[in-house]
Amino acid sequence: MNQPAIEFRRVTKSYFRGNQEVPILRDFNLSIPAGRFLAVMGPSGSGKTTILNLVAGLDRPTSGTIHAAGVTVSQQRESELARWRARHIGFVFQFYNLIPVLTAAENVELPLLLSTLAKRERTTHVQAALGLVGLSDRLHHYPRQLSGGQEQRVGIARAIVSDPTILLADEPTGNLDRSAAEAVMALLTRLHLELKKTILMVTHDPRAADYAQEILHFDKGTVS
Amino acid sequence: MMKLLWSYSVRNVWVRSSTNVLTVAGLALVSLVLLAVLMLGNGLNRALIESGSTDNILLLRKGATTEIASGIYRDQAHIIKTLAGIAQTSAGEPLAIPELVVLISLKKAGAESPANVVVRGTHPNTFAMRPQATLTQGHLWQRGTTEIVIGAQIAKRFLPGGFGAHLRIGKREWQVVGVFDAQGTAFDSEIWGDVDQLMAAYGRDSYSSLTVHLAHPTAFQQLDEAIGTDTRLLLQVKRERDYYREKSITMATFIRLLGLTFTGIFAFGAILGGTMTMYGAVASRTREIGMLRALGFSSAAILASFLCESLLIGALSGLLAIGGGTALQFVTLSTMNFSTFSELAFRLTLTPVSILITLAFALGISLLGGIPPALRAARLPVTSALRAPGQ
Ligand SMILES: Nc1ncnc2c1ncn2[C@@H]1O[C@H](COP(=O)(O)OP(=O)(O)O)[C@@H](O)[C@H]1O
Ligand SMILES: [Mg+2]
Repeated sequence: MNQPAIEFRRVTKSYFRGNQEVPILRDFNLSIPAGRFLAVMGPSGSGKTTILNLVAGLDRPTSGTIHAAGVTVSQQRESELARWRARHIGFVFQFYNLIPVLTAAENVELPLLLSTLAKRERTTHVQAALGLVGLSDRLHHYPRQLSGGQEQRVGIARAIVSDPTILLADEPTGNLDRSAAEAVMALLTRLHLELKKTILMVTHDPRAADYAQEILHFDKGTVS
Repeated sequence: MMKLLWSYSVRNVWVRSSTNVLTVAGLALVSLVLLAVLMLGNGLNRALIESGSTDNILLLRKGATTEIASGIYRDQAHIIKTLAGIAQTSAGEPLAIPELVVLISLKKAGAESPANVVVRGTHPNTFAMRPQATLTQGHLWQRGTTEIVIGAQIAKRFLPGGFGAHLRIGKREWQVVGVFDAQGTAFDSEIWGDVDQLMAAYGRDSYSSLTVHLAHPTAFQQLDEAIGTDTRLLLQVKRERDYYREKSITMATFIRLLGLTFTGIFAFGAILGGTMTMYGAVASRTREIGMLRALGFSSAAILASFLCESLLIGALSGLLAIGGGTALQFVTLSTMNFSTFSELAFRLTLTPVSILITLAFALGISLLGGIPPALRAARLPVTSALRAPGQ
């Protein structure tokens, strides 16, 4: 079990704008041991979101291999990836991406719909997850009835409700004021310390990055 | 799982209700047009086809296609009455009734121009032969008098104050002594009276037609053969129902063709409307779709949820249209009956089949309109969906 939770080996990723190849990652290597809380920092457009998408198998590398949570992500088939993602990956987005027509509890329940859990068990999990993020009293509120910080905490509850091993957070504080950002970062730290989650967070906010065990500075496709 | 996805669709339709109201209204209107056409057809069918009974046969002169153009002599009628296979009244009279059919011009209540109305000289036993018709007011005509009874539609549309009214038919004055209801059939638009008096009023010595009530359903063959082989008769034998069905085919076809052409054109618009609405829904929820895919939902699940929303819009529209159809049931229309050139009134008639067709139509249209946007939603590349601007 000394295998890293996430590993990039000589990964190259380019996009094509018309005929022009735009390299985002060049010969990128990264190894994150299980249980580590790593922040990747870099300016906007440097490829931070791309890294997360590659880990989750939402995007494919141009070359190289990516391992995460025991599988070689870059070689899995689409349908298997979807199932694997539901089990092992929790996503925290900058804009929360809550579904406005669903309540907090229903939003958190979404990932569990992909599991075999019965309704009663799902409810238990949802309540536990929302309890963990301190929103037990907001179960039946709709996103628009919540503050930004509360919305992001619902987003975090949704990310952890199916108990994934890896949390991927994309600028989780990017839309929050200082105190809400601090609450969210304290929460992520707790998830790392108490639940031993492997957390890969990308951000350009140095204050947020300071909560991580380790900070990686990243620019122009390479680590500096 | 189904429950949450279901409320997801319902609430999404609800949240975008300002847009969806227009879509639903449009589709409901188109569905209502279709339903109205179907109801029109049903009403016409009822008025015409249901006028004829399977147990009656209608005799016309060979070559005549309508009662108006036909003629049957008194001695021919006498021969017919003696044939076997004819039902009898309790008094032992054969239910073989010669009738004279004439057209009169009558002023419609509240309208400027008069319309043609069928006057049928017949025998009181006609009520035994035509179970659709029952006297609802007044009394039957006395034989040998110029009393008449009028169909429910005549009472409503031509003679609203009609009871006791006097009418000039032929060379005589007639008095309305009763009203009968014929359950929406063509007889509702007729005036009935004594056949001998009507012949005298018009100076005619032959009937138009002769209707026979069969003693039992199989008697048709027997009578058809007996009449066909008798060289004195030269009459054609038809089941009364077939006679009226033939009359209705041209009219029903015309109305259906017209109605379905309109429905077709409107349906095209409704499909486009539905497509636009759902493209809008997909566009405004692009990032949400990306998020669901990132959680592990399949593109099939996305497809299903958007189609479900379309179908919901369709179901709502269909139900609204059916509600409208229920109200339309109380509408009575009149048209020229092309076989008699008389006015025929009929009610728009709602049937279970037309309800099902309308619902299927609304669902089908919404599904057709919903497929392209749902496919777009299902095929969105996850990474670019996640980068889409917020809602
Ligand atoms: N699907 C795509 N097609 C073309 N270019 C893309 C695509 N996705 C991202 N990019 C480009 O890749 C670069 C890195 O994007 P991203 O990973 O989102 O950066 P960050 O998250 O650090 O802001 C940006 O310049 C962006 O425009
Ligand atoms: Mg980014």
